[in-house]
Amino acid sequence: MAEVLERQNTYLAAFERLERELAAAGTPALHRLRKAAAARFAELGFPGPRDEEWRFTPLAPLARIPFEPAPHDRVGDSCSFRIPSVPKGVIVCRLSEAMHKHAALIEPHLARYADWKKHPFVALNTAFMCEGVFVYVPRGTVLEAPLFLDFHAGRDDDGRVWYHRSLVLLGENSQVTLVENYSGPMACTYFSNAVTEIVVGPGAMVDHYKLQREGDRAFHLAVMQVQIGRAANFSSHAVTQGGQWVRNEINAVFEDEGGECILNGLYQASGEQLVDNHTLIDHAHPHCASHELYKGILDGKAHGVFNGKIYVRQDAQKTDAKQTNQTLLLSDDATINTKPQLEIYADDVKCTHGATVGQLDAEAMFYLRSRGVGLAEARNLLIYAFANDILRRIQVASVREELERSLLQAHHLPAIDAGEEDV
Amino acid sequence: MLEINNLHARVEDKEILRGINLTVKAGEVHAIMGENGSGKSTLAGVLAGRDAYEVTEGEVRFDGKNLLELDPEERAREGIFLAFQYPVEIPGVSNTYFLKAAVNAIRKHRGLPEYDAREFLKLVKEKMKLIHMNEDLLKRPVNEGFSGGEKKRNEIFQMAVLDPRLAILDETDSGLDIDALKAVADGVNALRSPDRAIIVITHYQRLLNYIVPDRVHVLMRGRIVKSGGKELALELEERGYKWLEDSVREPQSV
Repeated sequence: MAEVLERQNTYLAAFERLERELAAAGTPALHRLRKAAAARFAELGFPGPRDEEWRFTPLAPLARIPFEPAPHDRVGDSCSFRIPSVPKGVIVCRLSEAMHKHAALIEPHLARYADWKKHPFVALNTAFMCEGVFVYVPRGTVLEAPLFLDFHAGRDDDGRVWYHRSLVLLGENSQVTLVENYSGPMACTYFSNAVTEIVVGPGAMVDHYKLQREGDRAFHLAVMQVQIGRAANFSSHAVTQGGQWVRNEINAVFEDEGGECILNGLYQASGEQLVDNHTLIDHAHPHCASHELYKGILDGKAHGVFNGKIYVRQDAQKTDAKQTNQTLLLSDDATINTKPQLEIYADDVKCTHGATVGQLDAEAMFYLRSRGVGLAEARNLLIYAFANDILRRIQVASVREELERSLLQAHHLPAIDAGEEDV
Repeated sequence: MLEINNLHARVEDKEILRGINLTVKAGEVHAIMGENGSGKSTLAGVLAGRDAYEVTEGEVRFDGKNLLELDPEERAREGIFLAFQYPVEIPGVSNTYFLKAAVNAIRKHRGLPEYDAREFLKLVKEKMKLIHMNEDLLKRPVNEGFSGGEKKRNEIFQMAVLDPRLAILDETDSGLDIDALKAVADGVNALRSPDRAIIVITHYQRLLNYIVPDRVHVLMRGRIVKSGGKELALELEERGYKWLEDSVREPQSV
């Protein structure tokens, strides 16, 4: 406990030290926000052991290390974006640049959705926010090619914390495919604290991917907050592979009728990795649909946590919500805490949830072996199949193929030939 | 090819096979008929190596080898194929990827070079024509979302590609309408050959109108109680299984 308190002070001291540099990034209004968030973090502190949201996720490993922010002149090094061409009216730039050049555009949105008043790590991120990516797609504009956002820790980031902050604004009937990629070196203990806010305007479509391939010693805590407008469509696939201590949070809110939200995820962990996925879908309006499928493969002494909340508010009639969490435990020492949490206050809705935890299906194993496939290969093939059930849903071919290839390789399986695709 | 002598097997404490004797020669088609619970699927499972069953007595020789000491994959590589009564769905792996893994495992075992993509595709195309299999089904995940008929046809297609010496069809006719049944039977007939034996396990005579067996055996309470030619199947259809009951009633101990 003393350790946790001391650690809170480490973060606050860093804020005081860096305050002047942070203030230089953006308008005074933004900086007032930072200060308010820092003050709020001081009040909230780290989540306590009795905090239901953190019941299965030990904070001690994170609190043990006095992470310091990266030097201010290096903050820009760790994030970049790639897009072949930017259509007219579209803005894709660093957040630091947007804070100066597009202040009027970002101020009504930045830190208005991800709740820093309630969430201590969002408060921290908000206090330190100065770098990340800003994306603005105006009404009716379609970005054909995927936009890749890369957040990368370097060799000399041992002991450092990164506060990446991204804001994505989608105008009415616009469309974008976003690929967030988090990576870093092995044997390097850094903390990636990322917050992404996405506003999906009426009728807009977002196809979002998050690839988390941090180094093996990394701490990764990412919060994504999504506001879904009228008849808008948000789809997310989160693939979690790296890090020693990982928490992903996705909060999606239907802000009007007719929206659709897909949250799919795949988490693979082994050794002593901790992987926590918290999702919340808030059906605040009628006629919205959400579909969620999270699949996990845990080996060694890995610890998985899944918490899937779905709120269906009193007015949200005709809600169609489906949530599934499936976890494959490959060893006796791997554990998962899975908790679906449906709170339904409307009466004319269709809501289902299901969680399964288990080993490889014995009948499927026998089926493969009865065709001549050996024990080890059959096992690997079924693990691949389990994971690929998520990967095959990925629409960006280059991302899907790369993930499939590495999954096959990791399980000593032959590559897929052309013509065997389309699965 | 296949010799089963006094085979006894049980699941947990329940003895299901109680002394099966059966000899199947290359080129023959044998039908094993019986009611639910007679031990038909257990026999199929024991031959393919399903580990839910414990063999307590007897032996099974396949081309002279002791079959019972082989793992399921070794049996498959030696040339045994079981068409499942309930084919398993494997989302996430395409039919072709799965089949290529199987074909190459078998080829490796036989000391043959593994097929590359082109060679494999050629084989698959050829067998697809033979079985009248829809190309779409190949690219789809194994059995996922297939109708009952498509699943069974996929089993026969796998059989065609894997080219087994002994094929065991476990109630391949169950749940099929007449068109699907004919399609499956056509596939099986196309695969009849002097080198291959086929054991057709079924509850009803209907399938045997289309796959005409050389021998018909009636399984009852874990034993073969009657064997005959194809006309035995018709007799069973007409008279049911009841009239054979007496022959299996065990002598009462006094």
